Amino acid sequence: MEDLLFDLQLVALGITNGAFYALLSLGLAVIFGMLNVINFAHGAQFMMGAFVAWMLLNWLGIGYWPSLILSPLIVGLIGVVMERLLIRPLYKLDHLYGLLLTFGCALVIEGLFRNYFGASGLRYSPPPGFDALDLEYGDFFMPGYRVWVLLAGTAICVATWLVIEKTKIGAYLRAAVERPQLVQAFGINVPLMMTLTYAAGVALAALAGVLAAPVYSVHPGMGANFIITVFAVVVIGGMGSILGSIVTGFLLGFVQGVTDVVYSEASQTVVFVIMAIVLLTRPAGLFGRA
Amino acid sequence: MAEGGIIASGAIRSDTQGTVLWGFTRPQALAFGLLLAFMLVSPFFLYPVFLMKVLCFALFASAFNLLIGYVGLLSFGHAAYFGMGAYVSGYAAKAWGVPPEFCIILGGLVGAALGLPFGWLAIRRAGIYFAMITLALAQMVYFFCLQAPFTGGEDGIQAIPRGVLFGVFDLSADIAMYWLVAAVFLAGFLLIHRIVHSPFGQVMKAIRDNEPRATSLGYRTDDYKLMAFVLSAGLAGVAGGTKALVFNIATLTDVHWSMSGEVVLMSLVGGLGTIFGPLAGAAVIITMQNYLAEYGSWVTVIQGIIFVACVLAFRRGVVGEIAKALKVKL
Repeated sequence: MEDLLFDLQLVALGITNGAFYALLSLGLAVIFGMLNVINFAHGAQFMMGAFVAWMLLNWLGIGYWPSLILSPLIVGLIGVVMERLLIRPLYKLDHLYGLLLTFGCALVIEGLFRNYFGASGLRYSPPPGFDALDLEYGDFFMPGYRVWVLLAGTAICVATWLVIEKTKIGAYLRAAVERPQLVQAFGINVPLMMTLTYAAGVALAALAGVLAAPVYSVHPGMGANFIITVFAVVVIGGMGSILGSIVTGFLLGFVQGVTDVVYSEASQTVVFVIMAIVLLTRPAGLFGRA
Repeated sequence: MAEGGIIASGAIRSDTQGTVLWGFTRPQALAFGLLLAFMLVSPFFLYPVFLMKVLCFALFASAFNLLIGYVGLLSFGHAAYFGMGAYVSGYAAKAWGVPPEFCIILGGLVGAALGLPFGWLAIRRAGIYFAMITLALAQMVYFFCLQAPFTGGEDGIQAIPRGVLFGVFDLSADIAMYWLVAAVFLAGFLLIHRIVHSPFGQVMKAIRDNEPRATSLGYRTDDYKLMAFVLSAGLAGVAGGTKALVFNIATLTDVHWSMSGEVVLMSLVGGLGTIFGPLAGAAVIITMQNYLAEYGSWVTVIQGIIFVACVLAFRRGVVGEIAKALKVKL
């Protein structure tokens, strides 16, 4: 019984990782749907979100809660500049150029942070009060902050899905994904929508970064490690559906947690093995359109 | 897919220009002659270890370019084949005392053996999915190398002996090693040139330019893509295996995703889809890394800036631009 509770704890930790996968793959899917660009800088922007929160706290004394709003706004603005200056000229070219360009951006961002902050991790403590959320039952213990990450991550995913599926802005967005020229002919500013979509996707990554700052140590390489796993998640889910990327994110986190219990050596590679299996059986991905 | 694919339109023209030697056009033959002359004299006035590094990475980039430049497949995981080639070649030399010629061949076989299942999986998708899949599979290899006992974990395999070539030539002197590396590079370079200009290569280019049409002409395009992938991975393994002997070391850096990015950058700077581009790109990037080595992370920043600049304004690369200016094929 006690072993079982401990195992459950590992699975629960895996699911909170899944929340980050879901947030990041959601942002990638939104950007890809609208811009046809795979945003390789997503990991770097996730890392920037965490660092901006750290800087706000240590340089300006601005705490966690305002950072949850401010950091995505700041990083989102950087995203606006990136889209306008760098990504926009590439829309007419092969999609692979977008991947190469954002990869270059990721190298620049990571290198700059590494120069300034070094490679080692910085601590970012969550504000007090999360102990109230601690889940404890025998050997099962889940820190309150992780519970909060799970709740907040789910809420953000659901909110994003609702905005895209149920609001007028979301309807414009979905229409512009299918037929950009037609939507533009109806008088909707599609180039502006593309900029804002990129900024929103980037802001989602930054928000995930702020949520992650107290869980993982804040260091320049934190995004790069994450983003490759998220790419595998995206391949598994297929980028066709928003809901699909959310579900796949949580699912893969859960599977990783279970693997940690059964055979912990494979917990980092299991996502890639599942990707291989999905490619063999459903090449378009679980939720993808062929 | 947007117009022209990733190879900048106009950079590649059909092979109607007359060939003079081994399928080289006149300008290519001239460039190849200059290259041969330079390789013969350069070790006497340039540091051989630097030249060997350039040649190893030039072979690696040429192998990568075989896939992106002639089949149109962007692999973002070529570090896996390079790194595994380096590990196995280094391990064989150190633990089993295998002679260097077999170590290098072994590196190539390991790269090809890994490329077969990975390529088989990855060619199920095209475009950016292909890039993401190859990257993810390479990351799996990275985690494997991090945990497997034979790779030495964070330390890597160190003090790999260069050995004695054919039981006659002692390679411990840099200049002796240089001639071996030069021979390996030339063999790989000519093999790639031969592949590109063979009937097989013509089908590869047809797939790059218009895959549905190649299919409709009766070619099993997946078989061609897989074959090209295995060849490319095998040559990357040869480059990795040679590199391990040159520097006496095989580490996690060789299998890391940043190595995959570096080889993309070299080919992009030199010129995708040109036969001399990867060599030029490798020379530029390695020289830059040498000069900037003391500045640490600025190397990453500058590489990133070069990436962005190349994609935005310089998509033909050095050799591609020269070829366009002279209106020749290089």
